[in-house]
Amino acid sequence: MNFPLQIFNTAATPHPWYFYAVFALIGFAFGFTLEMSGFGDSRKLAAQFYFTELTVLKVMFTAIVTAMVLLFGAVGLGILNFNQVWVNPTYLWSGIVGGLIMGVGFIIGGFCPTTSLASASTGKIDGMFFMLGGFFGAALFAETEPLFTHWYNNAGYYGRLTLDQVFNLPVGVVVLIIVLMALFMFWGAEQLERIIGKKDMSREPKLRIIGAGALFALALAVVFIGSPSLEERYQKLTFTRTETIPQLEGQPPIVNTVTYTADEMLANRLVFVSPAEAFKAKYNQAMNPVYLDVRSEADYNIYHIAGAVNVPLERIEEVIPVLLTEPPANTVFILMSNDETAAVQAWKILVASSVPNVYILEGGVNNWIAFFGAEDETLKDVRPAPHPAPDQLAYLFPAALGSRYESCDPSPIKYEELEFEAKIQLQLKRDKSGGGCG
Amino acid sequence: MTIQTRKSIFKRPEKPYIHPYLGGVILGIVLFLAFFLTGNGLGSSGATSRIDALIVDAISPSHVDNNPYLLKMAGGDKNPLDDWIVPVFFGALLGGFASGWLNGRLKFMTTKGPHISDRTRWLMAFLGGVIFLYGARMARGCTSGQALSGGATLSAGSWAVMFAIFGGAYGMAYFVRKLWN
Repeated sequence: MNFPLQIFNTAATPHPWYFYAVFALIGFAFGFTLEMSGFGDSRKLAAQFYFTELTVLKVMFTAIVTAMVLLFGAVGLGILNFNQVWVNPTYLWSGIVGGLIMGVGFIIGGFCPTTSLASASTGKIDGMFFMLGGFFGAALFAETEPLFTHWYNNAGYYGRLTLDQVFNLPVGVVVLIIVLMALFMFWGAEQLERIIGKKDMSREPKLRIIGAGALFALALAVVFIGSPSLEERYQKLTFTRTETIPQLEGQPPIVNTVTYTADEMLANRLVFVSPAEAFKAKYNQAMNPVYLDVRSEADYNIYHIAGAVNVPLERIEEVIPVLLTEPPANTVFILMSNDETAAVQAWKILVASSVPNVYILEGGVNNWIAFFGAEDETLKDVRPAPHPAPDQLAYLFPAALGSRYESCDPSPIKYEELEFEAKIQLQLKRDKSGGGCG
Repeated sequence: MTIQTRKSIFKRPEKPYIHPYLGGVILGIVLFLAFFLTGNGLGSSGATSRIDALIVDAISPSHVDNNPYLLKMAGGDKNPLDDWIVPVFFGALLGGFASGWLNGRLKFMTTKGPHISDRTRWLMAFLGGVIFLYGARMARGCTSGQALSGGATLSAGSWAVMFAIFGGAYGMAYFVRKLWN
């Protein structure tokens, strides 16, 4: 269950204005809070870098840890699905160089982009100049980006990578460490303000100590709640499908929306696509199929469908971050093993990790060979295996030719007319990255 | 409009800023709500690029077609403003204005260090804007899109960006100290 997100997406799809209104409200609250905190005044921002007043650090880190604790608390309680939350993909080198450049712009200009909005909108002329400069800077980037586009898009690219993965720690522990780090920094910041900024700290509200304690307690709670296991997430999944029931002639067909659990999707074979559908998907403009072959590398080398990517089942979890960040909204993942067993396992892992549009090749590669191999001359030396084990290749190949058999890439002309029951229903999700900041 | 109401808009008593920790907690709740309701965090620098793309597309659409970076936002019949970050951007402008108005801080003025002229400050603000947004587009996000949003979701890359921003600013601060002190 990912209650608010799903409701928001369902409601906003037919009425884009909802979507804009919610974002405008969030933006309003954002600008309001920044102005209220004093970020419309460049002196307050610049003071951060001369250690006289560390408001920037305090506001920023309080905001980060507050949002982080609430976010991972909600994820742990199962009311928010973390895989549906946009996590900035890691482009390490362009991020670091860009960050350093931003720092220089920050201390010269006295603002960052959003604080310049709060400043300009309250009549600060320097804020307006910063905003204006911003339009030139962004345009300059667009003009110069082609010069280093390869570096920009590839250097240090790790996809969706979070700190708990980097340090191989449970996410709750990382949250707790960051909270402790922030509290220590606040303490340090207050010492600096006292010594360098000559600020009388005895007049600071005592409430902040209680707040720090509350934050620490919440972070501890996040550690204890933990995150829901893959199995728990799988059990909570629901799939919405539209089913068309044809009526007598002249009557419009009835369209029903039906909700299934993940196990029902498997039991009703709604996620199994026939070889014909899997093949036709390649020539369907509306979708962008990605064939994921979850067999061993040895089997893959013997025979695989043209264009299939080999990700052995044991390694499927490693590619999830890429599957979540990379694909355009109309990407359809079609999983295949020799039969169906391994592909079903992979399907369970992927859907529990919120990868959208995942299907399974019905009957696996064996069924594909049976279907497209019947008229494949290049397969003439291949014989059916006498006693194929479950989920193993049901054919004996004299050589490992990969995808160089004719049936690996069937002719779209020869197989232009194919009958199949369409199982794929694209779930077009809003593009969460939206180029938002990227 | 009577003089009385005009007064209530422009000459409201100026109130002090709220305590930084309180501001941070409110901002954190806003950020959390953004994730909770929409799956997206906060941001603004993306909108600057999109408004640029709109301008370029209006002046010279063929230039958009020759620039892959602009093409992604404004190619073909794509409307560069059709993105979540644009309403956030205009919302933030409005929100800043509203807070400034309610707290009596709507005033045409220049915020600057004590030893420089207004003109120097304007030039530096402009230059800083150019540099900052150039870096923000390179890093795919600014202090809000990367440091705040990515920081809260524990994105590894965003934490690197955040440290780089502070590093760049602290490294440069000494050389431009005359601007501020």
